[in-house]
Amino acid sequence: MRAYIFAASLLTTAGAAAVAQSDPLTVYAPDYFTSEWGPGPAIEAAFEAECGCEMEFLPADLPSMLLLEGARTRADVVIGLNTDVTKRTRESGLLAPHGQDLSALTLPIDWTDEVFLPFDWSYVSFVYNAEAVANPPRSFAELLDAPEDLRIVIQDPRSSISGLALLLWVKTLYGDEAETVWERLAPRILTVTKGWSEAYGLFTDGEVPMVLSFNTSPAYHIVAEEDETKVSAIFEEGHYAYVELAAKVAGTDQPELADAFMEFILSPTFQAIIPETNWSYPAALPREDWPQVFQELPEPPSAIFLTEDEADAIRTEALDEWQRALSR
Amino acid sequence: MAARALPLIAKALVLLFVAAPLAAVIWRAEGLGALGLADLRAIRFTLLQAVLSAALSVLLAVPVARALARRRFPGRGLLISLLGAPFILPVIVAILGLLAVFGQSGLLSAALGLIGLPPVQIYGLHGVLLAHVFFNLPLATRLILHGWLAVPSERFRLAAQLDLPPIAVFRLIEWPMLRRILPGAFAIIFVICLTSFAVALTLGGGPRAITIELAIYQAFRFDFDLSRAATLALLQLALSGAAALLALRLTVADAMGGGLDRPLRRWDSAPGQRLADIAAITLASAFLLLPLGMIVADGAGTVWQLPGSVWRALGHSFAVALAATALCLALALPLAARGGTLISTLGLALSPLVLGTGLFLIAQPVVSPYALALPVTAAVNALVSLPFAVRALQPEIAAVEARFGPLADSLGLTGFARWRRLILPRLRRPIGFAAGLTAALSMGDLGVIALFANPEFTTLPLQMYRLMSAYRLDDAAGAALLLMAASFALFWLFDRGGRADVDA
Repeated sequence: MRAYIFAASLLTTAGAAAVAQSDPLTVYAPDYFTSEWGPGPAIEAAFEAECGCEMEFLPADLPSMLLLEGARTRADVVIGLNTDVTKRTRESGLLAPHGQDLSALTLPIDWTDEVFLPFDWSYVSFVYNAEAVANPPRSFAELLDAPEDLRIVIQDPRSSISGLALLLWVKTLYGDEAETVWERLAPRILTVTKGWSEAYGLFTDGEVPMVLSFNTSPAYHIVAEEDETKVSAIFEEGHYAYVELAAKVAGTDQPELADAFMEFILSPTFQAIIPETNWSYPAALPREDWPQVFQELPEPPSAIFLTEDEADAIRTEALDEWQRALSR
Repeated sequence: MAARALPLIAKALVLLFVAAPLAAVIWRAEGLGALGLADLRAIRFTLLQAVLSAALSVLLAVPVARALARRRFPGRGLLISLLGAPFILPVIVAILGLLAVFGQSGLLSAALGLIGLPPVQIYGLHGVLLAHVFFNLPLATRLILHGWLAVPSERFRLAAQLDLPPIAVFRLIEWPMLRRILPGAFAIIFVICLTSFAVALTLGGGPRAITIELAIYQAFRFDFDLSRAATLALLQLALSGAAALLALRLTVADAMGGGLDRPLRRWDSAPGQRLADIAAITLASAFLLLPLGMIVADGAGTVWQLPGSVWRALGHSFAVALAATALCLALALPLAARGGTLISTLGLALSPLVLGTGLFLIAQPVVSPYALALPVTAAVNALVSLPFAVRALQPEIAAVEARFGPLADSLGLTGFARWRRLILPRLRRPIGFAAGLTAALSMGDLGVIALFANPEFTTLPLQMYRLMSAYRLDDAAGAALLLMAASFALFWLFDRGGRADVDA
């Protein structure tokens, strides 16, 4: 009998080991991240080589997918969240502390969050075509006074993260005056698009000379197309910092692997992949290790950033003001 | 007996596929939510633009369809197929194509600039209408053209023998046909425009142009407020249902005698009519084909050097399209035979975001959503194409039944034999059209793939979006051209198969 139990437990252990081996680390990431043109494939290869394990990126709409699945989620780690959705994702209780030493971070803002780990960032910025715009605005104030023919396209803050970032940027700079500012900006806004891709497509098609994007966008055109006519307009008031995050899922069945991946995110290997696949700044890499192009990108004098509670407190009001001002 | 049960089974399946996801979202949200002032504004704008878009599309389609029905010229068949192409374009491709013609730096603005005029101001309600007419004029034209071509040619022969003036031909022959077709065409385009989002926002010029679908998106993505999303989705369903019901009540059946399926020939050809027809065909062709030409020009440079993954995605999209087409026809034929017009509209009217979320909620506890990428995408595409297929088939089946039904009854021709011997042979044209439309729409649709995305299974539109979000806009333009060409090829093959021996 005893031998029987022993054999059974051996079998069970062997079975569990087999399951553990065939069950890879599952990481949810947005579509742009997992695609062959994003950072996903290179990161997957590098991590698998380092840990001697298997991992898979699954394309997922974050955080909706995680919130819909709840505790049943297959994800061990999620990557590609942004600072505007951290509050409700944190409150879901589905995520666990990352447990990483944050001293390696090279962000322009202080970061002490115990759950969300930054992996890349950039400044939200207007990008213009230097062949079409002779005198780009050097401040938000100049943008508001720019000639009427300087048309811009922005993204809708209700459907786009960059659109939301602009909303918070304006609200932080102008406070109670934000609605007036939007009213003054309105004649220059040619249109508002659902997402970043539509807006950027209108820009590269020549429909508008200036578009809401990121200050790192020109790096793609310089590196991949040797085109230096796409330039980001730097405003002296400072720019909103757009930070992308990763987090460990509390109910993961692979806690050690998940921890290893969280640690890997801050490693120079991971960080060096980011700039020229995600076209953004790495979050934990000294500036001298960035690709030359990124070191030379024009940068604003200061970063503007709202914590999730600050952003949450003004989001609805700012959206109402935006809607009112642009509906007139 | 089995043939009799089929419409009931089809209806039940469609109802289940619409109601279950919606119920799942409501259940998960623990009830419906209250609507705010912004939602009411969205409802008002949605209704306004949908009514105007549908009315304009249908009204403008009448002269175009009449011209195409009356005139014979070389390349007519190809032109009819080509004019259908805008309807099957993915939204983002169509927007960029339209703006290349009508935008600030588009062809039209450039032409105006030559004579010293300012660029066209396309953004606003008129821009939304322009885009919706661009999308839907092709559908309306085809539905009405089918009506014209289905009029027994003996009637026009008799009218010519009696030397009836054009106004009498219109009143006695053409108007009864239009009464039968127009309400349905209006209703279906109204429903399409009801769920418009990216077009309305981009060409509407901003938050003035907020639609219900955008409000659903906001509730879901911005606030993660599932109950408000579900409430808005229910409202959208109700509006669509009301439109479809109204159309049914306004539709009058054609009870005049039948014909011998002779090819349609027309003898009425006054110079004035000729001129009007030429104008209608030229204007419609310029309006619909110029933006397509811009898409071709934009993508021609890169389409040959697209990476292998894009071509693999094309293969996946073909698989989805063919599966969706088979499923759609299997449902559409019994539905079209027995009053399925209303029910078939529901699939199109349910917000894609809510449909996808609901399916995800249902599937996720049972099976990995990733395993369902192909079947779910195909099923959703079939569901969304169903109203078009039913609308293309239903008037023809009704006409066949009205003319030959009593004879078939007296011969005891029922069940599957009636389908095989009587109905199907007369439905070749609408079946080909319905199959072509479904296949093409499925090629270009992103639908719910976002929630069921599988790393090994990507479709062509998804791959195009990925190229765009990786800044590779030149390659994306190539992928857009490939997508358009592939959709059109499928549409043309099916459509042509259906028309082969009917007329030139």
